[in-house]
Order: sequence, then C-alpha cells, then structure tokens
Amino acid sequence: MPIHEQSLIRPENLKTHDKLVLDGVDVSGHWSTFIEPRVVTDYNEALQEEIAALPGGEHIHRCWQCGSCTNSCTVNAVNPDFNPRFWIYLIRMGMESELLRDKDIIWQCVSCNKCTYACPRDVFPEGVMKATAHWLELQGHTPKSKSTLFDEEFTEQVMATGKIEEGRIIRGFFAKTGQALMQDWLVEMAKRLARRLPIKLGFLMGWATIFRPRTRGWSRAGEAIEEYVHEQQAKQRKALSLE
Amino acid sequence: MNKYRKVAYYPGCALEGTAHAYNRSTKEVGKALGLELDEVKNWNCCGAMEVKNVDPKVQTYLSSRVMSIAANEMGADVVMAPCNGCYHNLKKAEHDLAQDAGSREVVERISQKAGHATYRAGQVETIHALDWIKHGLGEEGLKRKVKNSLKGLKVANYYGCMYTRPRHIFPEKDKGPGTESTSQPHFMDDLLEAAGAENVDFPLKTACCGGAHTLSDSDISTKLVLNILRAAEAAGADVIATECPTCHSGLEMHQVRAEKVFGEKTKVKMLYFTQLLGIALGLSPRKVGVHENVSDGIALLKDKELA
Repeated sequence: MPIHEQSLIRPENLKTHDKLVLDGVDVSGHWSTFIEPRVVTDYNEALQEEIAALPGGEHIHRCWQCGSCTNSCTVNAVNPDFNPRFWIYLIRMGMESELLRDKDIIWQCVSCNKCTYACPRDVFPEGVMKATAHWLELQGHTPKSKSTLFDEEFTEQVMATGKIEEGRIIRGFFAKTGQALMQDWLVEMAKRLARRLPIKLGFLMGWATIFRPRTRGWSRAGEAIEEYVHEQQAKQRKALSLE
Repeated sequence: MNKYRKVAYYPGCALEGTAHAYNRSTKEVGKALGLELDEVKNWNCCGAMEVKNVDPKVQTYLSSRVMSIAANEMGADVVMAPCNGCYHNLKKAEHDLAQDAGSREVVERISQKAGHATYRAGQVETIHALDWIKHGLGEEGLKRKVKNSLKGLKVANYYGCMYTRPRHIFPEKDKGPGTESTSQPHFMDDLLEAAGAENVDFPLKTACCGGAHTLSDSDISTKLVLNILRAAEAAGADVIATECPTCHSGLEMHQVRAEKVFGEKTKVKMLYFTQLLGIALGLSPRKVGVHENVSDGIALLKDKELA
C-alpha cells in the first residue's frame, strides 16, 4: 500500500523486500513497503510548556491536528518538509528528538498568516513557529538564524532612534551575516536605478546617512523598551531553565 | 463632513526610504482629489514584523504611540497608513489593547516612562490608503476626476498578506456589500476600474511575496515572487498594482534576482496603485515618482499612450 505523508517517516524505517512471502502471499517489492516499528522513550514532558512560555507559543495547547495550517502554508508549497501541523504534534507529544530533525528549516516561516487565518482553534500557528524557532536558538540547538539577526539589527535601530533607515539595516544585516553587498543581482538592481535616479541609489547605498531619520526626544521611550525587553528575556530564560 | 476627507497621515519608515514614490504619489493623489492629509507629528516606527518577533508587546507599544499622538496631540479621529505593515500593526495594537489586559499594562508602563499619554483602544480608527479614497471619495467621485483614462491597461491587483490577515484584527471587513473582503479583496480593483483600467482575473491577490525574508532567505522569496509575476503574466496583465511598500520592493528586487540568479525573465511591471490613479488624474509620471521605481513603468505608460 502506498504510504501517505511518507516524508514523515525516516528512510531507515522504511523496508521493502526483494523476496518475502507471508502466509503464502508474496509481499515483495515497492508495493509492499513496511514501516519498521519502533519504541520512543526519550519524551521531553516539558516541551509544550517551554514553547508556550515564549511569545507566540501561548495557545499551542488548543491544537486538534486538523492540518489547516500545513494545508494553507506558503512555505510548505515550496518545501513539503515544512510542516507546522506535524511540529505542533511533536511538541505536544514531547518528541523533542523528532522535532530536532527539522531544526534548520523551522525559522523559514514567512509570517504570511495564512495558517492563523485558516486555524479553527485560534492556535496562532505563525506565533508557534516563531516561538519554536526561538526555543531552538535559546536551547543552543541552532545558531541564530539570518531572520533573527535581521530582527535584532532592526530592533536595535528602533530602540536607538525610534525609526529605521533601510540602507543602514541592509548594511548592518549584511555585515552581521558576512554577505557581500556586491552580489550580482544587487548590482544589477542598482544599475537599473542609477539610469533614472542616482539619488535613490545613493540613499540605498547609505550615502545619505547624514539625513538619518530619528524620532525627537526618543531616549526615554527607547530606554523603557530596552528595560522591558531585558526583563522579558530573563523571564524566558528562566522558564526554559537556562538560568 | 465625511470624516475620511481629512485624516492623520502615518507614512512610516519605508515611505521615507525605498518607497518614497508611494509617499509622493499618495500625497499628489490626495491633492488632486481634494482629500487632506495631516502628517502625524514626530512619529516613530510601528514595530514592523521584526520588533514583533523580538517581543510582540513592544510592537504594540510602538504602534500605540503613533495612535496616541494622532488622538491626544492632534485631535484626529482617523489615522491613515498606506503601508500594509504599518496598517496591520496599528490594527493589531488596537485589537490587543481592546482585548488583552497584559498588552494594556505594558503599553501603560512604557508610555508613562516615555512621558506621553497612554493610547486607549477606540480613540482613533486606523484605515489604509485604499479605504481613504474609497470612503473619502468613492468610485463615482473618482470617475468624475479622471482626465487620462487607463483604458486598455491590463492590471493585476496584488494585495499581499498584511492587508487581510489574520482576519480578527480587521473587524470591519467581511461585513457584506460595500465592505472589504478578506478572502477576495476588491477595493483596489474598484478604484482602478473607476480610473478606466481593465482588471485581469488574478488568482494570487493575497499570496505571499516572502517579504519577511527578502534578504534572509532570498531563494524562497524569489520563488514566491516568480509565482506571482508568472500568474500575473498568464492572466494577461501589463502591470501589477501594489499597495504595500514591502510587497512592491520585494516584487521589484526578486524580479531582478530571478533574472540574474535563476535566468528566469519576466516582463510585467510594478506600479503603486496611487501612481496609476495619479496618471489617470492627469498627473505626470515624474510627479507620481514612476522614475523612482526599479521596473520601467515609464516605457509601459508610453507604450499605452498614457504618458
């Protein structure tokens, strides 16, 4: 029998036999693929609570596994291994080692909110994806993703000046992730802009930092935000027993 | 008087940077239509997706400060944000402040330390630039002002993610005739049709352009953008009308990237809907910043004898 969602089963647990007869029935070949039974013993019973302690993960307990999230998912359509419904299942079951098999792609959620729109239980799967990606980073299972580095660069600028300037963000992000600004396609885009608009190009390249936008009298707000963020981060580390 | 005819204007960071053309065309269209904009004084970033990912309640605070200034310092009833990200975040803050005591507490605390009045849910109504023109003037009023009909221009209307999702932060949508739909949005279609354009049947109106990871996961963004560009071309569109700076620059950047990195060339052009309306109102392409776009809208407008 064909196996639905075969991508969820590890290749080493799929068995086919060239010559196998059971009770007089020939079950050889691909048509008779077997799933190797196994016993899971390494549950992390705190997993759901830890995800729920991070922003976005609060409502994971509501999930009833209908699969609307995966069904509507933008990234799933590009990469079938990106499966929010399955990850929510693993987290709720405490199957940490299974979840870790996908640790390098969970951060790729594009926050299009199609899942949150479709979810009949208000799980807010988009938030759960963010909480899970942060959990992986906090626990040291993955390095900070490029997305997280971008978020941090952005937030630092907002806390400092109240506004962002895209040229600075892009340069700061490329520096943090060790990427070259002179990539072929960026150069091509710059060329097309330069044909009509040297000033905009200058802005993007950051030559206009002299006009760096900022909100007047921002320092008190910036400090209050920073204080709050540090407080929250300490709370989250405590909830994950990282203190 | 119609409360949408004079609104507090929150352009947001992108409209001061890469989306300068959207800012410019919005103001010019407002002028031409007799709709007034009063810029929110000394505004700050709404928090965007990035601050939300670091801490959602900080994003709520940032958006609440903008609404607080509009309400408490300018006495405004309505705040208009043309950027989908800003619009979405102000709506989300409004929802969270009405529904969640924890959010109210954090906003109160930071507002006090920052030294300004705390925003209370219900003080202002946040709208998008589409609502502003649709409710401030309407299609009939717009039709009367059209001097350079977009007749013969085939348009795919692209709304992106943040204008309709998730639905709980848009309680005014999906309320039947005359209101916006979260599954089949049509306000941009309505306005451009009134300006004479021929809207094509475009199935990816609310598809995602991958804007959240434009630079951090470029290959996925390029694939998602290519889907959108291809679908628009297959539907026969000359141009994709946009109403979000992140979508617009994502489509433009990844159109170039698809060509340079994957050798996938597409011809469809991108213009902000305000640029298209401006052209229809008889403004010059330069006035509405078409020369600031990456994709060559001027060649298209000339080809269609609109410029």
